[in-house]
Amino acid sequence: MVNKRIDEATGTETVGHEWDGIEELDTPMPRWWLWIFYATIAWSVVYVVLYPAWPMVEKATGGVLGWSSRGQLAEEMSAAELAQAGVRERLSRIPIERLPDDSALMAQAVAGGAAAFKVNCVQCHGSGAAGSQTLGYPNLNDDAWLWGGDLRAIEYTLVHGIRQAGHEQTRTSLMPAFTGVFAPEQMDALVDHVLSLSGKAESGPVGAQIFADNCALCHGPQGGGSREIGAPRLNDAIWLRGGSREAIARQVVDPKMGMMPRWGERLDPVTIKMLAAYVHSLGGGEDFLEVAENPAVQVDETP
Amino acid sequence: MKHRDGKNVLKEDGVAKTGDPVSSAVAEPEAGGERHEPHEPPREHLPSKLFEKSKQVHNKRIDGRFRRFKWAMMLVTLAIYYVTPWIRWDRGPYAPDQAVLIDLANRRFYMFGIEIWPHEFYFIAGLLIMAGLGLFLVTSAVGRAWCGYACPQTVWTDLFQHVDRLVDGDRNARIRLDAAPWGPKKAAKRGFKWSLYLAISFVTGGAWILYFADAPTLFGNFFAGEAPPVAYITVAILTFTTFALGGFMREQVCIYMCPWPRIQTAMLDEKSLVVTYKDWRGEPRGSVKKAQKDPEHFGDCIDCNLCVAVCPTGIDIREGPQIGCITCALCIDACDKVMADIGRPRGLIDYATLDDCEREARGEEPRPIWKTLLRPRTIAYFLIWGSIGLALLFALGVRSHTELTASPDRNPPFMLMSDGSVRNSYTLRLRNMESRPRDMEIAVEGLPGALMWSDTIRRDDAAASQTVTVAADQIETVRAYVVVPEGTPAQDFAFRVTSLDEQRETDTAEARFSAPGDE
Repeated sequence: MVNKRIDEATGTETVGHEWDGIEELDTPMPRWWLWIFYATIAWSVVYVVLYPAWPMVEKATGGVLGWSSRGQLAEEMSAAELAQAGVRERLSRIPIERLPDDSALMAQAVAGGAAAFKVNCVQCHGSGAAGSQTLGYPNLNDDAWLWGGDLRAIEYTLVHGIRQAGHEQTRTSLMPAFTGVFAPEQMDALVDHVLSLSGKAESGPVGAQIFADNCALCHGPQGGGSREIGAPRLNDAIWLRGGSREAIARQVVDPKMGMMPRWGERLDPVTIKMLAAYVHSLGGGEDFLEVAENPAVQVDETP
Repeated sequence: MKHRDGKNVLKEDGVAKTGDPVSSAVAEPEAGGERHEPHEPPREHLPSKLFEKSKQVHNKRIDGRFRRFKWAMMLVTLAIYYVTPWIRWDRGPYAPDQAVLIDLANRRFYMFGIEIWPHEFYFIAGLLIMAGLGLFLVTSAVGRAWCGYACPQTVWTDLFQHVDRLVDGDRNARIRLDAAPWGPKKAAKRGFKWSLYLAISFVTGGAWILYFADAPTLFGNFFAGEAPPVAYITVAILTFTTFALGGFMREQVCIYMCPWPRIQTAMLDEKSLVVTYKDWRGEPRGSVKKAQKDPEHFGDCIDCNLCVAVCPTGIDIREGPQIGCITCALCIDACDKVMADIGRPRGLIDYATLDDCEREARGEEPRPIWKTLLRPRTIAYFLIWGSIGLALLFALGVRSHTELTASPDRNPPFMLMSDGSVRNSYTLRLRNMESRPRDMEIAVEGLPGALMWSDTIRRDDAAASQTVTVAADQIETVRAYVVVPEGTPAQDFAFRVTSLDEQRETDTAEARFSAPGDE
């Protein structure tokens, strides 16, 4: 029902519909509104010429500006790299022993290391660097270190890896497998002694003797371990592969030993330095003892 | 002005032809027949027109009390806008010395003695609510006073109209120049006028950016070409919008773009002050000569059209309150002048409530002005507005300048140490809202045997509380390690931060200590 008419009060045409006596005026739009509409059309033409717009079979038309979202990303990435260049340059020049003295640079190194850790390290050590007792990946948050927990030792481990065959400087050691060496009651006595080192069981003379004869050479008479050869401490609360009697006995009979890639051949020295700073910052990092005596101490950063 | 039948009709101010239909700028049909009068039967042939050319408003100069008030308002508002960024305010060596500064880069908002952080944005929200309610209050009390005097669109339009007057002359000269064909003289005048527009627009846009950075520095950098690109882009955009909206769009902004007139239409009632033509007194209209011949028949309005000529939005107030009327009251000045000239009492067009108009028409006394201003609605608005203001002031007065948040590391939730003790890690954020560095003590409360150290405090120095220096006006992030002896169960505890100065401000953050066996 269209009943257009001129509204008396305003002199304006109505749209011709009526709802319970209510009608709508068809007030003309201002002309400039139309111009803005035309301007947007003109702009769309300009846009199509300048930017990628028209979908074709393979890909969209390119646009004369040559802009692409990938290109923009590449630009932003190189800009970010450029922005980081100063920090990386300073990091490459500072010996890692001196890094804690520059707290601002240290903070930047930790932040950069956190990012690199997520890419390279979380696969084994976990996103929280808590490792895995089942699989024997060490927890990096605590204060137990197999090969040393100061910045330089961490960096060395990162650069040269652990038990990398064919690499001279890699950290390596071997625990012999005591398969079939001990009778069951001997094994019980040995496990008792190992647990007694951290106060978890009563030791007897048999177990103590077996430990002294077979284990103390590497793990130390008191079970203090040795960082020289990566022999774990046995007298603390932390167990790399579990602290149950079964887990200890299994490790004696069929020892598992961890491996770590030598990152020196994959990552640049600055990234490794940042990774070392990050791991050190997780809460268990140790201070240097020798730095104060020899400030010029250097570390081998080449793989 | 092009008339409907194609003839060019120039309305000379003050001596308009009687019977000439006066239409608003909004709804005047340009083609399609004469105005439809109420007594005529509905038409068969309808004008079809989708778009309408906007009519150029050439308002005539007028002097009077409202014009003078408008001058004062323009002076005050423009002075506030241009001077504010240059006011200095000493906040010590660690904070900017600009009285009003919106520091987007550092996320701080300074207003004289008040500094707002991003987490305190509710103050801004409260101010915006107050501004909204303030507009309600003003509208219910004095009508569209904001539109008429204080709105930037009004102030700048007024400014640009004075530029028109300066360059092209008053109303008639401008109408003639508009109608004249393009020639060197017109081109020169237009060029000069538009460059004045552009200069004003540039100064307008240029002043805006001074609120967002140190004004003297930015001013120097801007002209040395060393300001950040965003400064130039902002100035360019604001110059363009001022040039377009103030120079050309003008009343079109009020009528078509601004939502506020629509909202006000719903807010005005018969007790609101509006600019009103008292038709009971003015009608029927007739020239002075006609009225002298037949004084009984004609009202006070002599149909001189001066009220239309001075209107900055080009409406005819005699058609009643309408969306185009910004209540600038220049028509009151115009009508008062005419009434004085012909010896009739002032106030044929006047600020009045529609209620009072009816009262006056019946010959009763209008209500006193205080009764118009003080009525339940305005009082209620004022009380709400005032209590929000008081609440904001109270919140501002009691707010602490020291705050602490603690978020525990969840991966891993706890850490067994080699001596059997258990360690948890937390990220603490100490907020120092004073403009000076402060020492703050962080203490662990409710966790027996707990020791704490951090990423900057050595483990050998672990203790139940630690002191950290927080830079002026900054948040210090501390990675805190808390260790408890073997066998301590998982439990809730709190970090407490205390500022080590005479204020001794303190804040606590609840935290959970996780341990083996924690569910």
